[in-house]
Amino acid sequence: MTTQTARPDRPDLRQRRRPGDLAVRTIFRIAAALTIVITVGIVLALLIPSIEFFSEVPVNEFLFGTRWAPRFADASFGVVPLITATAWTTAIALFFAIPLGLGAAVFMSEFAHRRTRKVLKPVLEVLAGIPTVVYGYFAVQFIQATVLRDWFDLDTGSFSVLSAGFVMGIMIIPTIASISEDAMSAVPNSLRQGSAALGANRRQTAVKVIFPAALSGIIAAVVLGISRAVGETMIVALAAGQQARIVEGPLEAGQTMTGFIANAALGDSRVGSLEYNTLFAVGLLLFLLTLLINVISIAIVRKFREAY
Amino acid sequence: MNPIDTTEAAARADTFEAAREYRPPVLDCDSVSIFYDDFLAVHDVNFGCGDNEITALIGPSGCGKSTVLRSFNRMNDLIEGARVEGTISYHGEDIYHSDVDAIEVRRRIGMVFQKPNPFPKSIYDNIAYGPRVNGFKVDSMDDLVEEALTKAALWDEVKDKLKQSAFGLSGGQQQRLCIARTIAVRPEVILMDEPCSALDPIATLRIEDLMHELRSDYTIVIVTHNMQQAARVADKTAFFTAEAHEVTGDRTGVLVEFGDTAQIFESPVDKRTEDYISGRFG
Repeated sequence: MTTQTARPDRPDLRQRRRPGDLAVRTIFRIAAALTIVITVGIVLALLIPSIEFFSEVPVNEFLFGTRWAPRFADASFGVVPLITATAWTTAIALFFAIPLGLGAAVFMSEFAHRRTRKVLKPVLEVLAGIPTVVYGYFAVQFIQATVLRDWFDLDTGSFSVLSAGFVMGIMIIPTIASISEDAMSAVPNSLRQGSAALGANRRQTAVKVIFPAALSGIIAAVVLGISRAVGETMIVALAAGQQARIVEGPLEAGQTMTGFIANAALGDSRVGSLEYNTLFAVGLLLFLLTLLINVISIAIVRKFREAY
Repeated sequence: MNPIDTTEAAARADTFEAAREYRPPVLDCDSVSIFYDDFLAVHDVNFGCGDNEITALIGPSGCGKSTVLRSFNRMNDLIEGARVEGTISYHGEDIYHSDVDAIEVRRRIGMVFQKPNPFPKSIYDNIAYGPRVNGFKVDSMDDLVEEALTKAALWDEVKDKLKQSAFGLSGGQQQRLCIARTIAVRPEVILMDEPCSALDPIATLRIEDLMHELRSDYTIVIVTHNMQQAARVADKTAFFTAEAHEVTGDRTGVLVEFGDTAQIFESPVDKRTEDYISGRFG
């Protein structure tokens, strides 16, 4: 015998209370709000001392002045020397990191066997986990002192933007390789098959179909690499030098924007002093530069991407 | 008994049978077994696809018909662990011989996939891609693009928007674009892997009409789930089914019956074919 429960006259569709739902939603909302609050807080913390700074030093003098000597009695606040050093180290880093990073990514995504990729990718990502202070000493002690001076016998001092930039390049290879590999692996296999079925070889498929299709992810990877290079502090503080001067060649030493901040922020400048505010002005400039790079890259992606 | 109308296919097959002298098959399978690693996907398949014929491969899911189709232009090479035993020959050449370049095979034996897979490029570049990667020396790429699109019955619909993304086309148009893209590299054989399964009935009919038109220039092999479609378009039909291994339970595809489409649908020799055709199985 089967017992049937009596069918209710009306189905009960009233709102239920779901306290778990509400709690989870609240937690996520707080998490999302916090990221915005923190970002705004950082921007404000940069802006307020910077405004004080620019009330004493004209923006023109700061941006276009070619002598950086904030702590001298005869103080001068031209940021150009710091920018040249940052530009050199970043450019050198990208010169090595973009070809190697993208090459590694294309290899892992399009050419390597499953097993090779399984080994290679974690190994590559370990590179990203090495503390930058270790990279910094590697740059000073090995690349600068041993490789550049002893082996190649180059005319360079104890520091150079080349050694700092090169090691920084090694540091960002995993960032570029890993993210662009993800982007290329995410391109549907149907496109690889379609290309192969037309008689394309792997190189043609990788270069003409997969790479353009993954371009937005690849640009994102490169931009992240650039941002890390521009903002990287420890390697350049250790290996590029502490002298703020206009850098004219890769073998010269120079102080980058981040190098100056690290150096000047060691604690001997009084809160509210002009020297203290200088730190924030440079920090703000750094922030704006990174933002600019991001905006440009978004524009590039919009123009060239082949969305699948 | 059998709801499928095969009179048209039968009439066509009859006229063609009468008119045709014997020609060796373009594609020929001799004792072909296909493995994925240790898994036997298809066992001991023997049949051939003739010149300017449409051959349909039908059968229930998992019977290995797509696997067989993909082995015809070595697309299985892209799957790690896939392996072919026996001989698949193209005009008598074993395409799995160690001297054979898979890329040369694929240029002669094109493929259209189940889901339309245009490249994320313009309509024009989708067509021009194949000739470019194959290093075709053409006087005018524009003419080649127009010719391919015309043959695929798509030219009139897209001639004013060749520079627009192929992703703006409807599913049926995208599939005809993929056919045009295949035609552009001037293959001899076109393999179609359930080319209409992602399309609506009207788009399906257009593709079928197109197949009839292409038949005079190309040898076509089509995998389809749709028996009416096989009956409508194919000259020859191969019926596959899957058999479970007595011990392991692994399901392996086998070719049950191969013959003229009219014969397969009207007087199948094998009981399993009859059951499938009449809808009692699958």
